[in-house]
Amino acid sequence: MMDETDTPSAAPAHRPPPRTDDRPPVKPPAPPESRAAPLPPTLRRNAPLVPTDSAASRALAAVIAILTFLAALCAGAAEIVASSAVQWQDTVAQEATIQVRPSPGRDIDADVARAEGLAKATPGIAAVRVFSKAEAERLLEPWLGSGLDLSDLPVPRLVTLKLAETAPDLKPLRSSLSEALPGVASLDDHALWLRRLSTAANTFVGVGVGIVLLVLVATGLAVVFATRGAMAGNREVVEVLHFVGANDDFIARAFQRRFFGLGLRGGIIGSGAAIAAFALAGLVSRNWRSGPAGEEIEALFGTFHIGWRGYAAVLLIGVIASVVTGIVSRLTVRRFLA
Amino acid sequence: MVGQDLGGIVADRVNTQSLLSGAEEPVVQFESVGMRYGLGPEVLSDVSFQIAPRSFQFLTGPSGAGKTTLLRLILLSVRPTRGLVSVFGEEVSDISSEALTGLRRRMGVVFQDFRLLDHLTTYENVALPLRVQGRSETSYRAEVVELLRWVGLGERMHVLPPLLSGGEKQRAAIARALIARPELLLADEPTGNVDPSLGRRLLRLFIELNRLGTSVLIATHDFALMDLVDARRFVLGDGRLTVEA
Repeated sequence: MMDETDTPSAAPAHRPPPRTDDRPPVKPPAPPESRAAPLPPTLRRNAPLVPTDSAASRALAAVIAILTFLAALCAGAAEIVASSAVQWQDTVAQEATIQVRPSPGRDIDADVARAEGLAKATPGIAAVRVFSKAEAERLLEPWLGSGLDLSDLPVPRLVTLKLAETAPDLKPLRSSLSEALPGVASLDDHALWLRRLSTAANTFVGVGVGIVLLVLVATGLAVVFATRGAMAGNREVVEVLHFVGANDDFIARAFQRRFFGLGLRGGIIGSGAAIAAFALAGLVSRNWRSGPAGEEIEALFGTFHIGWRGYAAVLLIGVIASVVTGIVSRLTVRRFLA
Repeated sequence: MVGQDLGGIVADRVNTQSLLSGAEEPVVQFESVGMRYGLGPEVLSDVSFQIAPRSFQFLTGPSGAGKTTLLRLILLSVRPTRGLVSVFGEEVSDISSEALTGLRRRMGVVFQDFRLLDHLTTYENVALPLRVQGRSETSYRAEVVELLRWVGLGERMHVLPPLLSGGEKQRAAIARALIARPELLLADEPTGNVDPSLGRRLLRLFIELNRLGTSVLIATHDFALMDLVDARRFVLGDGRLTVEA
């Protein structure tokens, strides 16, 4: 025999049955605030639908952290080169040089004085400095050694011109030099050197940006594999979600949330490590700067300081890595489900 | 049998109508449906039946007769090899994924193996159909708690499914199927893991739901359970289906 609570009421089908404790709660319940239904305070209510914290998740976060770190190093290095190149270019572009070559039958000192006069008469030139014969010979010391008598050598003489802030047009000076001192004086405005420097710097920055893009693509591919693995591992979850009425977009969003979280964790660790590495390199290079080697390094690379733009780029890479992770996982899930 | 009191369940209280009343569309309609997996033999052949709105029926037959396959066809998790399947008036052969989701939200299903998500609490599992509709947790909390208490899981709502007994899992699965008040309830051996008393109680829950307008199809080979209700029986045997009124 059935017990008392199993006895159904005899209410007609068209009328809602009277409520008893045993009746299924198929009527809309009262709003939550009016109900004295204390829930256990520790009851978990909105856990992520896709299981988290598996070994695979940690491995993916580590991969993203490493890739972000490498990409951020590349971006920082490119930023150092780019800003150093701008500094070099600014310095070099502020100067021009007149070279006066000795010529048989001519008085080189008079030629130099003539060139100096022409330069001083040209508008837009802030200062003119003549390298004396002794200074010109000293410039050869690194190649020829010291203590030599160079008086017999036809050592060219240099006149350096400091240009005004707004780069002047040097064409009139060039033509007046070739008119006044034909075949003897020439003007070098460093354009060739600047072009080469700019090409080298742009190439380096381009390579850096390319590597950053490649690393982001690698991150995306790693996420594709990880997402497909997670989909396969959670096939049951996906199936149940479908049966209870979740659409593909809902499921894709659930995966996206999980992977964005992983990407964010990896991105923060990777870019944080890169920022720490740059800060450390900056400190170390500052300590080295006192020595001659440090000066050379600094002359070549500038300071190991990536500036706010560099730090912003590093952080941006961390954010992009997590966004890429989220979007790629969502697209992968959508394709997988389709 | 109609009108007879069977162990406390009044048999004529379930809606046993098999004919469609007026212009009402059948909830489920199968026409000459055949189904085979891969190149294997047909699991179902020439199956035709209708489930009317607000009707109650059992699906029975020996193990391996294709009960679960038939439920999977109604659930649209597999497509028929031949024949027509319509659910809620919609022919499902080239249904879009959005429409499929819409149809599934009108169904509740109790799986033979429960299919509870092991990483979610009982509460979260039961709330899942409401959660996937995008509702906020506070909007359905009271409903879920009330249903959990009613199926006797009020003290177990924070427990993860691996720690539930077979009967508790069964009740959690049933609660999950009922929480969104489906128009069609499919249950695969819903009383297979519970004692007879609880089995009757759960059956009464289904009957109650049916009286409030839900069409119910229960797959079972528990004749004692079927004898408690005077309802239509779809009997599967050798891949064919016969309807016993």
